[in-house]
Amino acid sequence: MPVKVTTDTFKKEVLESEVPVIVDFWAQWCRPCLMLAPVLEELEKDFDGKVKIAKVNVDEEGYLANQYRISSIPTVLLFENGEFKNQVIGLMRKEDLVKRLGL
Amino acid sequence: MYDAIVIGGGPSGATAAIYLQRFKKNVLLIMKDSGALGKTAHIDNYYGFVETITGPELLERGINQAKRLGVEVIEDEVLSIDSFPDFTLKTIHGEYKSKTVLLATGRNQVNLRVKGFDNFIGKGISYCAICDGFIYRNKKIGLVGNKEFMLEELDILKNFSEDITIFTNGMTMDVPADKPVVLDKIKEIKDAETLNKVVTENGEYDVDVLFIAIGSPSASDFALRLGAFLENNNIIVEENFMTNVPGLFASGDCIGGLLQIVKATSDGAHAAIAINKYLKNK
Repeated sequence: MPVKVTTDTFKKEVLESEVPVIVDFWAQWCRPCLMLAPVLEELEKDFDGKVKIAKVNVDEEGYLANQYRISSIPTVLLFENGEFKNQVIGLMRKEDLVKRLGL
Repeated sequence: MYDAIVIGGGPSGATAAIYLQRFKKNVLLIMKDSGALGKTAHIDNYYGFVETITGPELLERGINQAKRLGVEVIEDEVLSIDSFPDFTLKTIHGEYKSKTVLLATGRNQVNLRVKGFDNFIGKGISYCAICDGFIYRNKKIGLVGNKEFMLEELDILKNFSEDITIFTNGMTMDVPADKPVVLDKIKEIKDAETLNKVVTENGEYDVDVLFIAIGSPSASDFALRLGAFLENNNIIVEENFMTNVPGLFASGDCIGGLLQIVKATSDGAHAAIAINKYLKNK
């Protein structure tokens, strides 16, 4: 299950995670974001514990959105071993997302 | 409430509407203009025509055929589509509700072809005010467009910022707008990682973001806002011509593939059959 991440929990949940984390910047009013949610859930299942999905609501977590210069949603960021690896902007199919993220 | 609204009166849309009508569905066809086929002078490779036929003539025949068979056809322009669970379509002249929508609006619009454009997509250039406007609260917003579609986006953007400049990119302004308008052609978009500067023939303008709403909304604009998958600006559909958004179908040139009448009509027929099936199971 994707975990909800806040400014307070970002370090623990994302930067200190033992597995790569896909951070999904989203909002309730963003239709493409809502359609990306099931794609990410399926992706998480496919990777069977080897990838974690973290969700950042840009309405509630303006600081994080700002810090990572999110200028369009949905945007997903991939973190590995506490480091930013890759960024993908926009809604896309699972296979395309996996490819674009380099997973 | 319609069973199906078909957007686009070309070969794909008209064929789908005819099939749906024959399935006794309550169908509305909304068409704006004659699209790509309207600009085609000679058609010689379409089945059954001994003499050459022009695009506009074939189009007119298709629409007249649909009307004769009882399809309700209106000339209007769809500005926005909302879903959940049924679809609400806002047009220039009215509002319509439907259980399903078929996008058959032809080939998707070309982008703004200026230097720097591709570098900023998603990083300061946006195609969707409702998706990204919120991120630019109280920032300098640029908006490219000159028709009702631009006004639609402007209305949304006004909720987020007062500081909005409209760029028509050399086109005439066809609608009244209450924000500053720059009529020059855009030459370049540049600057640092996310901040944009719009360079026109006669000036430079600082903006934090540039929203694109040129001309009329194309199928990909609707798809983007509804959360349908796109690839290379083509709408991605399943075998049954439905997108990943339940009840939203697409056919003809807007899904890519062979850009020919014969394929468009085939798509239209398949989509109509799938819509009929979908409505039965709904």
